[in-house]
Amino acid sequence: MTQLALVIDLNVCVGCQACVTSCKEWNTSGEAGPLVDMNPYGADPTGTFFNRVQTFEVGEFPNTETVHFPKSCLHCEEPPCVPVCPTGASYKRKEDGIVLVDYDKCIGCKYCSWACPYGVREVDAQRRVMTKCTLCVDRIYDQDLPEWDRKPACVRACPTNARLYGDIHDPNSVVSQAIRENGGYQLMPEWGTKPANHYLPRRKTRITVREDELERADNPLKIDSQLPKPGRDEPSLDDVTSW
Amino acid sequence: MHPAFSVLFLTTLIGAGQGLFLALFSVEAYAELGLVPAPGSDFFAIGSLLSLGLLGLGLFASFFHLGRPERAWRTATKWRTSWLSREVIVLPAFMGMVFLYGLAHWLQFNPPLGVLPGDNFVLLTVLLGILGTLLAFALFVSTAMIYAAVKFLQEWHSPLTVVNYTLLGAASGFTLATALAAWAETGLVPFLAGWAIILTLLGLVGRVTSLIRNARIQPKSTLQTAIGIKHPAIQQKSQGFMGGSFNTREFFHHRSPAFLRAVKWLFLISAFAIPTALLALAMVMTVDPTNVLIAAFVIQYLGLLAERWFFFAQANHPQNLYYQSVS
Ligand code: SF4
Ligand code: SF4
Repeated sequence: MTQLALVIDLNVCVGCQACVTSCKEWNTSGEAGPLVDMNPYGADPTGTFFNRVQTFEVGEFPNTETVHFPKSCLHCEEPPCVPVCPTGASYKRKEDGIVLVDYDKCIGCKYCSWACPYGVREVDAQRRVMTKCTLCVDRIYDQDLPEWDRKPACVRACPTNARLYGDIHDPNSVVSQAIRENGGYQLMPEWGTKPANHYLPRRKTRITVREDELERADNPLKIDSQLPKPGRDEPSLDDVTSW
Repeated sequence: MHPAFSVLFLTTLIGAGQGLFLALFSVEAYAELGLVPAPGSDFFAIGSLLSLGLLGLGLFASFFHLGRPERAWRTATKWRTSWLSREVIVLPAFMGMVFLYGLAHWLQFNPPLGVLPGDNFVLLTVLLGILGTLLAFALFVSTAMIYAAVKFLQEWHSPLTVVNYTLLGAASGFTLATALAAWAETGLVPFLAGWAIILTLLGLVGRVTSLIRNARIQPKSTLQTAIGIKHPAIQQKSQGFMGGSFNTREFFHHRSPAFLRAVKWLFLISAFAIPTALLALAMVMTVDPTNVLIAAFVIQYLGLLAERWFFFAQANHPQNLYYQSVS
């Protein structure tokens, strides 16, 4: 079985919003669009987006860290949003695990959005149906695109390569390796929704140096340093001993 | 959650309609057993019509909740998994049964359908009434389970939700039936008012229990699990957009805690205290209590609207963790 998903690396995301605009652009001009923007220049603008990048501050000043956090539908392996749908408009595809909404069947009752703990489903105010991330299902299988371009629009847009895409059920895929080797985790695991999308944590490269590694352990009285430095012409210890 | 008026009206109106039907059939059943005086068949016919009216108004209100009401027929397809779909099936079935029940009474068409041991006849209206009662309970369960089945809304995810929807609907329906009985001068006021008081008080117990339960809820999700970072101090600095979105509108009531507390006291008084007092008053009144009972129903209904508003407003969705700070 295949489960396509994104892996988002919080260690490299810089919060530039490129994935947000790229997602909006692709999906609003796609066959399922448009995604409405209401009052874009007015007092109270609002619009539909499949992907949002949020920013969190972790810690207290001065020990703070800024975490940019992109969020879209996680294509859960146990999607609680699907069984509640009264029309069958929300469904999970068997072949690749993508969770989709059939815009022609949806009645806009919003029940599925109540049943998603992640707040990623948005009713389009103009089309009056539920919309959400499609994992660019209209891109990733498009035979007219060159092979390297058959990826979600957000993945293609990310300048820091913070968004990886692939099959998390294939242990050799780039996403599975990233999850395995870099501590990939799921959001709100307490609900048992088994999100397919994973996040890679912030990582710091540190070397652990023990005290005795800074000082020679076999020279506790620092006798070495008391000896006069041998002159440049004189034989060093290495020259006179042979062990 | 954001309390949408369409849903407030839907759940309270059909609740009262179901309760009224249950009251009618209780009267019929008790009368068959000779425990209360049998009212004329007009009482049942008018009562059924009233119940149908409430159910129809509720159904009408529900359409305002849908973005695409013209596709509403599709909702009947996923009854295997969705309580919303089950409600959509049970509601018209129940309305049909109420219609047949009222029609049989109005036409006084009530042939015995069979004989039980002991020479008891199975009457058509009794059979319709039993089927209607089953459907009424099925409807209470499906309506309430729409809310109780969403595990993310911990305030709703409890059997108390089903109990309260049933008791509160039944209470308001019995209050309305009492008013109807007084207006029709059937001599059933003490019987129905007694049940209305019992149901209202049971509803009060159930609702207060759920208020206590909800006050103690520990949210399962925290900002830490929401973004998966283990640190006690996390603050959202930006939710990713400056304007509004579906997620900032649908899941929050945008009222102050003081307003919520006021609504809580309002519904405790107006859905429970005042109707109980008025029903008790009607039981001992020597003059025609119709107006008092109509007032009791209207006040209780408005109280239940407030109760439903509070029910929604109090539920805190975990998605709100992601939408706390605008810029
Ligand atoms: S993230 Fe939400 S909308 Fe997406 S599959 Fe999971 S529950 Fe459904
Ligand atoms: S809003 Fe549409 S997709 Fe969601 S539950 Fe209702 S009918 Fe299904």
